[in-house]
Amino acid sequence: MKTYEYQAREILKGYGIPFPEAQVASSPEEAESIARGSGGSVVVKAQALVGGRGKAGGVKKAADPAAAREAAAGILGMTLKGRAVRRVLVAQTVPVVREYYVGAVLDRSAKAVTLMASAVGGMDIEEVARTSPEAIVRVSADPLLGLSDYQTRDLARGVGLSGTQARAFRAIVAALFKVFVEKDCTLLEVNPLALTESGGFMALDSKLVVDDNALFRQPVLAAVEDSESEEEPEEIEARKVGASYIALEGNVGCLVNGAGLAMATMDVIKLFGGEPANFLDIGGGAHVDQVRAALRILLHDPLVRAVLVNIFGGITRCDVVAQAVVDAIAAGEVTVPVVARLVGTNAAEGRAIIEKADVYLAATMTEAAVKVVELADLRSAGPDGTASTGEGRP
Amino acid sequence: MSILVTGETRVLVQNITGDEGRFHTKQMLLYGTKVVAGTAPGHGGEDVEGVPVFESVAEAVSATGADAALSFVPARFSADAIVEAADNLIPLIVCLSEGIPALDMVKVCAHVKAKGCRLIGPNCPGLMVPGECKIGILPGNIFMPGPVGIVSRSGTLTYEIAAALTKLGVGQSACVGIGGDPIIGTTFIDILAMLQADPQTEAIALIGEIGGSDEEEAAVFIAENVTKPVAAFVAGRTAPPDRRMGHAGAIVTGGRGTAADKMAAFESAGVTVCETTDETAAMIADMLRRKAAAR
Repeated sequence: MKTYEYQAREILKGYGIPFPEAQVASSPEEAESIARGSGGSVVVKAQALVGGRGKAGGVKKAADPAAAREAAAGILGMTLKGRAVRRVLVAQTVPVVREYYVGAVLDRSAKAVTLMASAVGGMDIEEVARTSPEAIVRVSADPLLGLSDYQTRDLARGVGLSGTQARAFRAIVAALFKVFVEKDCTLLEVNPLALTESGGFMALDSKLVVDDNALFRQPVLAAVEDSESEEEPEEIEARKVGASYIALEGNVGCLVNGAGLAMATMDVIKLFGGEPANFLDIGGGAHVDQVRAALRILLHDPLVRAVLVNIFGGITRCDVVAQAVVDAIAAGEVTVPVVARLVGTNAAEGRAIIEKADVYLAATMTEAAVKVVELADLRSAGPDGTASTGEGRP
Repeated sequence: MSILVTGETRVLVQNITGDEGRFHTKQMLLYGTKVVAGTAPGHGGEDVEGVPVFESVAEAVSATGADAALSFVPARFSADAIVEAADNLIPLIVCLSEGIPALDMVKVCAHVKAKGCRLIGPNCPGLMVPGECKIGILPGNIFMPGPVGIVSRSGTLTYEIAAALTKLGVGQSACVGIGGDPIIGTTFIDILAMLQADPQTEAIALIGEIGGSDEEEAAVFIAENVTKPVAAFVAGRTAPPDRRMGHAGAIVTGGRGTAADKMAAFESAGVTVCETTDETAAMIADMLRRKAAAR
C-alpha cells in the first residue's frame, strides 16, 4: 500500500527525521493562508500516489501567499495519471546546498532490507541507478541482527560525508531503518535529503510503501488505507470476498483461479487479438457465493462484451465455479456470452453442471481465448457489421 | 533418481485437523505419499485418515522420524510453524500460505538457512516427484513420471504445463512451485541446479512472472551452468505497471521486472521463450524428440 507524502512525512517526523514546516490544503484559499502563516516563499506540491508529479507540473514554487493561492488553484483538480489531485502540501522552502538520496527497500535477491544512499539525489535518481549505479552505495542489514553501526558509517563515507554531517546523516539512516521495520515497509525513501545552508539535513520529500500482508498489525496505516484509498470500489469489494480484481481497458471479462493463470489468461486474450477487461483471481478454494460475487464485480464493468471463465482446479473445485456461473445466468445477472474452460479438480462434475446453461465449453485455453475474443468482437460490432471504435474507459 | 523427495520421504502435516489439512492429507495418502504424522495443539492422540496427531513437531519427529514438513496453518501463524519445523531440524519444509508479512519471511529464511534446512515457498502449491511423492495441493492425476523438470512461481501455471505435457505423453521428473511472494526460501537457481544434476531430468520448463529479478538471475545461471534444454513462459505481459497482480511478488515497479525484460534475458541465455503454456509443453516435447533422434 502506498501512502501520500504528507502521511509518510508525519510518520518519519515521529522518528526524529527533520522536515521543513508544512501543512495540507484542499483549497487555494487554505494554501494562501498557510503560505501567509509561514512568512516566506513556499513550494506547493500535489499529493498523489503516482511518481513523476514534478515533471507533470504538480510541484510549483510560490514567492508569496497570492502566488501560493494561484499555484494551488492550478494543481488542485489537475489529473495525474488519471487521478484527480484533491490535496496539496504547502511547505516552506529551504536554501539547499546539495541534494542527497537515502532509501531502504525489501531486497528480494538478498532476502534482506537493503539501504541505499547517494550524493546525487533529486528527481533523476532512477536515471542515476540505471546509468551510473556506482554512484549509489548499498548495504544489506542482517536479517536477524538488523542494521549495524558500521554499516551506517559505510553509507556516510560512501556519499563523502565526515564529521558532524556524517553523524547527522547516520542518525537519519538509522531512523529510516527503524521505521522500515516497525511499519512493515517494502520501500522507504527520502529524496531529496537536502544539506541546507545552515549545515543540517532536511527531508524534502519521502515515499513510504507498506506491505499489504502486514496491514493486519499496522492498525494506523490500515485505517489510512480505508479512508484514503484510491482503489476502485470494485477492487475493495473483490478483496472482501477473497478475490483480487484490477480493472483494465478491454472488453473481455476474465474469471480465473490463481494469479499466474489470471495473468496468463489476459496475455492469451491479447495474443489472439482481444483486450482483457480485467485481472481477476478468485483465490484458492472459493465457495459458490464468493465466485458469484466475483462474477458480479467483473460484470459491473459496462465495457465487458463477453466473459471467459478459465479454471484449473487444484484447491479450487470446478463444480463450485460452474454452479456459481449457472446460478448467475439463471438469476439474469449475465447478459453477455460466456466461454468456460474447466480443468482439474472435479472438472467432469463442473462441465456437467455448466452444460445445462447457455455457455460455450472450450477444451483448451487457446480455444477458449479465440472463441471469447470472437464473441466480444461480434457484440461490439455496430449494426452495419463493422466493429465499433473508441473502446476504452472514459 | 529425483530431487528433494523420494518415495521414502516421511511427511509431517502441521495443523492436520483443519479442513484443508484433512482433505489434502487424504489426497497425499491416495497418491502414495508417506504421511507419517500430523500436529495440532489440543488434538494430540487423535488420528486423521489413520495418521497419528501430536501436540508438537518435536513429539511428532521423535515418534515418527518425519523428514519433511507441510503446514496448513493460517498465514498469521505460518512463520511460527516454519520456525518450529526448522528448530526440529526437519530438512525439507514446505509452506503454502499466502499473506505472510515479507519482513517475517526475511527473518525466517535466515533462520531456516542457519539450521541447515530448506524451505519451499511460501505462497506455493508444493512440490512433487510424479509416481513417488507429492507434498502440497497439486492435483496428482495430471502428472506422470518422465523426463521433464518443472519449476514455477505460479501454482495454476504449473498445473497447466504439467497437464499439457501429460496430454502429449511426456512425463515429469519433478515439479516444484517456488512461490509467488517476494521473499521465498528456494529460488529458480536452487531448483535449476538440482534439475541439471538429476539424471532423470532431460529437459526443463520454467514458469516465471512479472516482478523482481529472479528470472533474470535464472537466465544468467542457465547460460553458465545448465546444459539441458530449457523452455520458459513468463506471465504478465499485459499487466499494467505499479499494480500488484494478485501475488505479492508480481508487480512491475519503476519500469523494472517487466515480462519483456525477463523474456529478453531468457532469450539471450539460449532459453526457448514461449507465448502460451500449451506452446511451452509442445516445445518441450519437440526438444525431447530431437534429443532422442540425435542419439
